[in-house]
Amino acid sequence: MNRIEKLFRKLRTQHKKAFIPYIMAGDPSLERTKEIVLMFEECGADIVELGVPFTDPLADGPTIQRAAERALKSGATLKKVISCVKDLRQKTKIPLVLMTYYNPVFKYGEEKFIADAKEAGVDGVIIPDLPPDEAAGFMRLAKNAAVASIFLLAPTSTEGRIKRVASASTGFIYYVSVTGITGAQLLLDGSIEKTINNIRRVTDKPVAVGFGVSTPDEAEAVAGVSDGVIIGSAIVKKAQGNLNGEFRDFLLKLRGAIK
Amino acid sequence: MKKGYFGQYGGRFVPETLMPALIELEEAYLKYRRDKDFQKELAHLQKTYIGRPTALYFAKRFTEYLGGAKIYLKREDLAHTGAHKINNALGQALLAKRIGKKRIIAETGAGQHGVAAATGAALVGLECDIYMGTIDMKRQALNVFRMRLLGARVLEVAVGSQTLKDAINAALRDWTTNVRTTHYVLGTVFGPHPFPSMVRDFQSIIGKEAKKQILRAEGRLPDYLVACVGGGSNAMGLFHEFLGDDIKMIGVEAGGKGIETGEHAARFAGGSVGVFQGCKTYLLQDEDGNVLGTHSVSAGLDYASIGPEHPYLRDIKRVQYTYATDDEALAAFELLSRKEGIIPALESAHAVAEAVKLAPKLSGDKIIIVNLSGRGDKDVQYVAGLKGIEL
Repeated sequence: MNRIEKLFRKLRTQHKKAFIPYIMAGDPSLERTKEIVLMFEECGADIVELGVPFTDPLADGPTIQRAAERALKSGATLKKVISCVKDLRQKTKIPLVLMTYYNPVFKYGEEKFIADAKEAGVDGVIIPDLPPDEAAGFMRLAKNAAVASIFLLAPTSTEGRIKRVASASTGFIYYVSVTGITGAQLLLDGSIEKTINNIRRVTDKPVAVGFGVSTPDEAEAVAGVSDGVIIGSAIVKKAQGNLNGEFRDFLLKLRGAIK
Repeated sequence: MKKGYFGQYGGRFVPETLMPALIELEEAYLKYRRDKDFQKELAHLQKTYIGRPTALYFAKRFTEYLGGAKIYLKREDLAHTGAHKINNALGQALLAKRIGKKRIIAETGAGQHGVAAATGAALVGLECDIYMGTIDMKRQALNVFRMRLLGARVLEVAVGSQTLKDAINAALRDWTTNVRTTHYVLGTVFGPHPFPSMVRDFQSIIGKEAKKQILRAEGRLPDYLVACVGGGSNAMGLFHEFLGDDIKMIGVEAGGKGIETGEHAARFAGGSVGVFQGCKTYLLQDEDGNVLGTHSVSAGLDYASIGPEHPYLRDIKRVQYTYATDDEALAAFELLSRKEGIIPALESAHAVAEAVKLAPKLSGDKIIIVNLSGRGDKDVQYVAGLKGIEL
């Protein structure tokens, strides 16, 4: 069992929910990314999602697009993000998940990517433009290395898609809470709960919710119906300033809200 | 071959949100492809609205000037809206209406596909939004106004390359958000399955007509087919019908300022296999898998990737790919204008430039068909500007 599965098992027995903050690696430098990850842990994060910058992030809204542009400008690449994880492993055991588009992985070589990521201490990988339909090879490599391959479900997913994605996903299932891109406006109208119930009918794997969760109130509502909450754009925006002031308070508020 | 694949290329690499829509589109397309009413309506509009069949014209003075093979031009520039793009846009607009969508969106580079999509939307009664990069809006200002006249909104894409590549990203993001009500009319043989096959099928009428027309004119098939390749839809449209015949085919990419300068859009000369905007194909990318900037004098060819059927046809050595530089295309643009009274689109001028190189090497009994994919009116102002003339 990998660290992510162990974590969710523990949280379930304690009736707790996972707080999963996201940050774009290398925005504006990998040194700063390391500081932020350690601060996430200090503020009670359960898992950290590290974004890998890509020139054409088609699932992302303007906040993460701009973060990717800054990260690319600072020279961050998939290779450097993997070595950043390696450095972080000297200081923390918190489960780390990479969120990357597929082309950097394809270019790196799937086999080498999984081997290097595993060695560096990556616990899971999310590739938004790689649905399970195209991921047979990747899933086999990830499984052999005990790296979680986390797939996404969306409000548009049909029953057939829910079955397929739920069976392919390991670690947790990433439920995209808006029909849209990251940072979009969340609609709390009961539809998230409804779809998650549909997912629960076919699997007992943990379901974490992301895309559009931006305030502690929203995080609290989403945590109430899921196993964990992923917050990206809102954190990326606040990470531009001083880390010890407002940023830290925001993380603590989110942590408090996710229960 | 695996469904949705051409050899190792193609596939469906998109966020989960879009997967159900692509599956639905594939099913609808397979259904309407065999639906007699749909085909009848499409054929009727192709004839009475687009003005098909477009002529296959023997370019006599151009042929004499080059002094070699006979050159025929497939006159897609004479299709309604002035380019082959309408063949696909009209087909997809009809399909969108049948599957109950209220709105279509499209990306555009040169503006020809945007104009075609806006036209299709006006014809069948759908809302229409077109994404276009800032740079392209400047160099194709005429087409921007045309789209607006046709009732479409033109949404400026001011991020990244500010050209076709980022217009596609913006359109994909819009589609991801509005997929329940909106159909994405992708303009070329690119993107996730079923777009590469569906767009090719809508464009294949070019080759079907050309085959009949050349048999009537010459009593035999041609020796060469030549077409420019941006995403590659006019080339696939011409080539598809002839793939089983013993004919040489040449796809012409944008060589920009020359391959050695790095400022070009020649994916085969400077690229490698990657996964981009929904499919596995050739791509101009760096060693970390990030997508490189491109350059071409022609907005429609100024794109980092190429439709997935093309690398497959290249691998099996069925189609040969080359490139023409900006300067060669501009020279061909003027030459064809003067020798034939036909101003080609700068995109099509790349194919004409290849004919300029090829024809003199061949004997007078050989036949070349060049796909004149669009007319050059949209480029007149831009070319004047390059010459330092203000209109």
